[in-house]
Amino acid sequence: MRRPAVDTVRPVASEPAPRVAPASPAGTLDAESRRWLEALSGTGHARDEAIGRLHELLLRAARFEVSRRRLGLPYLRGGDHDDLAQQSADDALVAVLAKLADFRGESRFTTWVYKFALYEAAVKLRRRAWQDRELPLEPDSWPDIASRALSPEEHAAESELLGALRDAINDALSAHQREVLVAITLNDVPIDVLAERLNTTRGALYKTLHDARRKLRARLAAGGLDLTSNDAGHPR
Amino acid sequence: MSDARARERARLITALLGPDGPELTCEECFEQLDRYVDLALAKAEPDRAVPGMREHLVGCPACRDDFDSLLEFVGGGGVPPASS
Repeated sequence: MRRPAVDTVRPVASEPAPRVAPASPAGTLDAESRRWLEALSGTGHARDEAIGRLHELLLRAARFEVSRRRLGLPYLRGGDHDDLAQQSADDALVAVLAKLADFRGESRFTTWVYKFALYEAAVKLRRRAWQDRELPLEPDSWPDIASRALSPEEHAAESELLGALRDAINDALSAHQREVLVAITLNDVPIDVLAERLNTTRGALYKTLHDARRKLRARLAAGGLDLTSNDAGHPR
Repeated sequence: MSDARARERARLITALLGPDGPELTCEECFEQLDRYVDLALAKAEPDRAVPGMREHLVGCPACRDDFDSLLEFVGGGGVPPASS
């Protein structure tokens, strides 16, 4: 199974990692989660039956993910959709059973297992969408990006930051950092697709991206540019 | 600046510069994603329980995609779209 990289290196060694709140105390599993764990940890027919029900859950989640991304994969036919969902559910089942002892009851058991199925399907679909495509790794489209972000009237006033960013990308980053930053942030190459092509891991690439962003921030701050006014986005 | 252009500019700059402050790694994000989603759906202060997750979801498009999907699936009761 191809899950996010198992790199142990944090993005920035000089920054303390965010402290994750402690796990729920033992014995706080909800009743449904406990039933799942007992059934899957058992033996014989009861376990086989539980595994069958688990696979049904995983397949439902995988089919949801395939449906969700269907518009982005117009060349996939109906049979391909279900094949991908089945493969994803199968891989997720292997992963869930292998990681069963890691489940600590911090979420509902079903949410925990859905995560594996959705992830497996998402990775497969992202890779399918980019297979046989050359990855755009150079910032050739920078002028277009600046143009779509700014009207002509706004260019004069706003181009300072974007111009400084472009210069920092060219001057402050290593070739590898620039390649990763441009592919992921400007050209929308999925990080797991890029990791596969570059024969590395998602975690290793994200560390490269993180380090590149730190360099850009430092360069802009050294140039006296105010970065605090930019919307940092919002997960929800 | 129009709203659309302002959003595009913010998106571009955020994508290039990433979140400001410590964030989880992709592996930590995957490990905590189910917990974060359940807490978010319960409106139970997910960011307090999993600091650094919000920042990572801003900085990592793939993990953000995984979060959106799990939130939508679990929040919708695990019901696939009718067309599937």
